[in-house]
Amino acid sequence: MIARRTILMAAALAALSVGARPAAAVDLTMYYPVAVGGPVTKIIDDMVSRFEKDNPDIKVTAVYAGNYTDTMTKAMTAMKGGQPPQLSVLLSTDVFTLMDENAIVPIDGLVSDKSWFKEFYPAFIANGQIDGKTWSVPFQRSTIVLYWNKEAFKEAGLDPEKAPASWDEMVEISKKLVKKDGAGNTTRWGVEIPSTGYAYWMLQALAIENGQKMMNEPGNEVYLTAPKTVAALEYWVDLSRKHNVAPAGSIDWATLRTDFLEGKTAMMWHTTGNLTAVKDAAKFQFGVAMLPAKEKRGSPTGGGNFYIFKSASPEQQKAAVKFIQWMTAPERAAEWSMKTGYVAVSPAAYKTPAMQEYAKGFPQATVARDQLEHAVPELSVHENGRIYKFVGDAVQAAVTGAQKPQEALAAAQQQADRVLRAYK
Amino acid sequence: MSDYAASSPIATRRAGSQAWWNAVNAWLLLLPAAVLLIAFTHFPILATIRHSLFITRRNGTEVFVGLESYQAMMADPIFWRALVNNFWFALGTIPTSIALALMMAIWVNRNMRGRGFLRLAYFTPTVLPMIAVANIWLFFYTPDYGLLDQLRALFGLAGWNWLGDPSTVMGCLIVMVIWKEAGFFMIFYLAALQQLSPDLDEAAAIEGASRWYTFRRITFPLLMPTTLFVAINAVINSFKLVDHLVIMTKGGPNNASTLLLYYIYEVAFTFQDSSYAATLTVVLLVLLSTLALIKFGYLDRRIHYQ
Repeated sequence: MIARRTILMAAALAALSVGARPAAAVDLTMYYPVAVGGPVTKIIDDMVSRFEKDNPDIKVTAVYAGNYTDTMTKAMTAMKGGQPPQLSVLLSTDVFTLMDENAIVPIDGLVSDKSWFKEFYPAFIANGQIDGKTWSVPFQRSTIVLYWNKEAFKEAGLDPEKAPASWDEMVEISKKLVKKDGAGNTTRWGVEIPSTGYAYWMLQALAIENGQKMMNEPGNEVYLTAPKTVAALEYWVDLSRKHNVAPAGSIDWATLRTDFLEGKTAMMWHTTGNLTAVKDAAKFQFGVAMLPAKEKRGSPTGGGNFYIFKSASPEQQKAAVKFIQWMTAPERAAEWSMKTGYVAVSPAAYKTPAMQEYAKGFPQATVARDQLEHAVPELSVHENGRIYKFVGDAVQAAVTGAQKPQEALAAAQQQADRVLRAYK
Repeated sequence: MSDYAASSPIATRRAGSQAWWNAVNAWLLLLPAAVLLIAFTHFPILATIRHSLFITRRNGTEVFVGLESYQAMMADPIFWRALVNNFWFALGTIPTSIALALMMAIWVNRNMRGRGFLRLAYFTPTVLPMIAVANIWLFFYTPDYGLLDQLRALFGLAGWNWLGDPSTVMGCLIVMVIWKEAGFFMIFYLAALQQLSPDLDEAAAIEGASRWYTFRRITFPLLMPTTLFVAINAVINSFKLVDHLVIMTKGGPNNASTLLLYYIYEVAFTFQDSSYAATLTVVLLVLLSTLALIKFGYLDRRIHYQ
C-alpha cells in the first residue's frame, strides 16, 4: 500500500518536473581558440549572448581553450573522455585528423539549402570540402600580411606609403631600417617573421612565393626537401644570419605584435587576425600589404573553421548549424572582421554598409581579402599535429643556426615520411 | 591451570577465531589504502605496460605489436633529446636547490630582526600558482624589454633572446626552477634544524670546534634524513615539469627545452598517440623505480635516523 503510494507520488513529481521545464532547451558547448591580440573572448561572449536572445531555445556555452593546438588537444581529450563539445572552432587544417578520429559529421547532411556553402569565398570553403562533402564551415579566417611602421620608413628616408614588393626589395629596405645605438647594439630591426607557434605557416608562405607547393591533395605527402622549399628557408635564415636585418634565434609568435608596437621591428609578418589589435594599440601610422613576391605573390590561407561533433544528438547538431549560420551571416561576419581583423568569410559581408564605411576610413582592412586571389590552402595533411612539429623544429633548428636549412628540412622530411606512410 | 586452558579444544578454537578476527580486522584497516594504491598506482602501471605493447587503430581496435613501439622509440631523436635534456635539467636543479635551501634554512634559523619576513619571502615562490610563475619569468626573459635585458641595457649590453636561443633556454629554466624549489625545501630543513638538540652545539663549542667543523661533523650528518627526503622530491620534480614548458617554450626552440614528461604530454594529447605515450611512460617509470630502489636498498642503510 505504502509502496504503491510512493510510486504514485514519484510519478506525479516526475510529471510535474517535466511539465515545469520550458520547452526543452538545447544545450551546446563550443570550444574556441584565441591566436591573436585583443579582447577576443569578450567579442565572442557578446555574440553568443545576442544569439541566445534571438534563439531562446538554444543555450551556448563558449569555452576559451587556449591557442589552436591547445583547443584541438582539449577537444580530442574531451572526446576520448566521453564528454566532447558539440561544436568547436579548430584549425581548418585539422579536418583530416578529425575525420581520421571519426570525430565530426559532414555539415551537408544537416542543412536543406546547400546554396549556403556557395556564399563563402571558395578559397575558404575549399579547406573543409573533402570527397565531395563539407566537413567544416569557415569562421575566423586569415592570410599572412606584412605590417609596416610608416614612421620608421619616413625616419629611414623611405617612401612611407610603399611596402616592399619583392624578397630582394624587402632585404634592401630592411637594411635601411635597422637602427643601432651608440654602442652598436640594434634598437630596431628591419623585419621579423615569427618562428614559434605556426612556423610551418610562415615557411609555407615563403615556399608558395618561391613557386613551391608544400603538400599533395590527399594529404599524405609533404615537400620539404624540394629545392625551392629549401631556398625559402634559406632566405628566411639569411635575414638574420647573413643580412643582419632580423634578430637571431627564434621569434615568438605571441610577442611579435608587441615587438612591432614597441618599434622594435619596422616590419612584421603576421596574421591579419591581429589587425584590429594592432590598430587599437599602435601609436604610429602603419600600413598593411600583401606579402612580397619571389616568383609570385602568395600566402597560405589560415585560421579556424566550425566543426560539428558526431557525438552530438540530432537536435544539438541542428541547433549547432543554426548557431553557425547566425555567426557567419554577412552582418556578423563583417562585425567579426572589423572587431578582429580576420577576413570576413563571404563577399556579401564586404557589401554590408557597415563594412564599406569601415573600409573607406581604414583601407588596410581589405588587404588580406585582396590577397585571397594569390592564396593557396594551408598545409593540411593527416597527423598534421605531428607534421607541424617536425616542420616547426626544422625551422627553429635553422634560424637558431643549429643546422643548415637543407639538413634540418631533410630530417623533418624523413620523420614526416615515416608518419605519413600509414596513409598511402 | 594455564597449560590446561591452552590445550582445551574450546580455548584453541577461541584463540583460532581471535587470530582470524585479527587478520580480518587488519585487512579491513588496510583496505582503504590498498584500494587506493591498487586503483591509482598498480593498475595504471600494469595497464600502461600492456598498452605500450599494443597500438590502437583509427577504428578503435587494438592490435598487438610487441616491442615495435620500443623500437620506434629507440629511433626517435626527440625522445633521446628529451632524455638528455632531462639529465642536464636534473643535474642543474637538484644539487643547487638543495644547497641553497640548506643555506637559507640556517640563515633564517638564527635569532635576528625580520626573521619572519625573510622566511615568508623565501617561501613565497612555492605558494604562487605555477602558471603565474611561468608568466612572471616569461616577462623577465623577454628579449629587449624584459627585466633581464633592461638590466643589461644599463651596462650598454645588447638584448639577448633568452628563451629563443638553444644555448640559453635550458639555463633559464634551471634558474627559474631553483628559485621556485629552494624555498620549498628550506621549510623542511628549517623544521629539521629546530628538532636538533642545542646540547650538541654547546658541547661542540665547549670542545672548541669551529662553526664549520660543527656543521660538517654534527649538523649536516644529523640532517641527512631530511636531505634524502628533499633529494627524492627534487628528483621527482625534475621529471615532473610540464606547466612551465607549456607556457614558456613549448619545448622549443627545436626541442632544446623538451623534457621527458612534456614530450609524453605532447605525444598523448597533441598527437593523440596513446600507445607511444605509454611506451615513453614506461621509460619514465623504469627511471623512477630505479631511483626508488637505490633509495631503499642503499641510501637508507647509510643514513643515521634518530
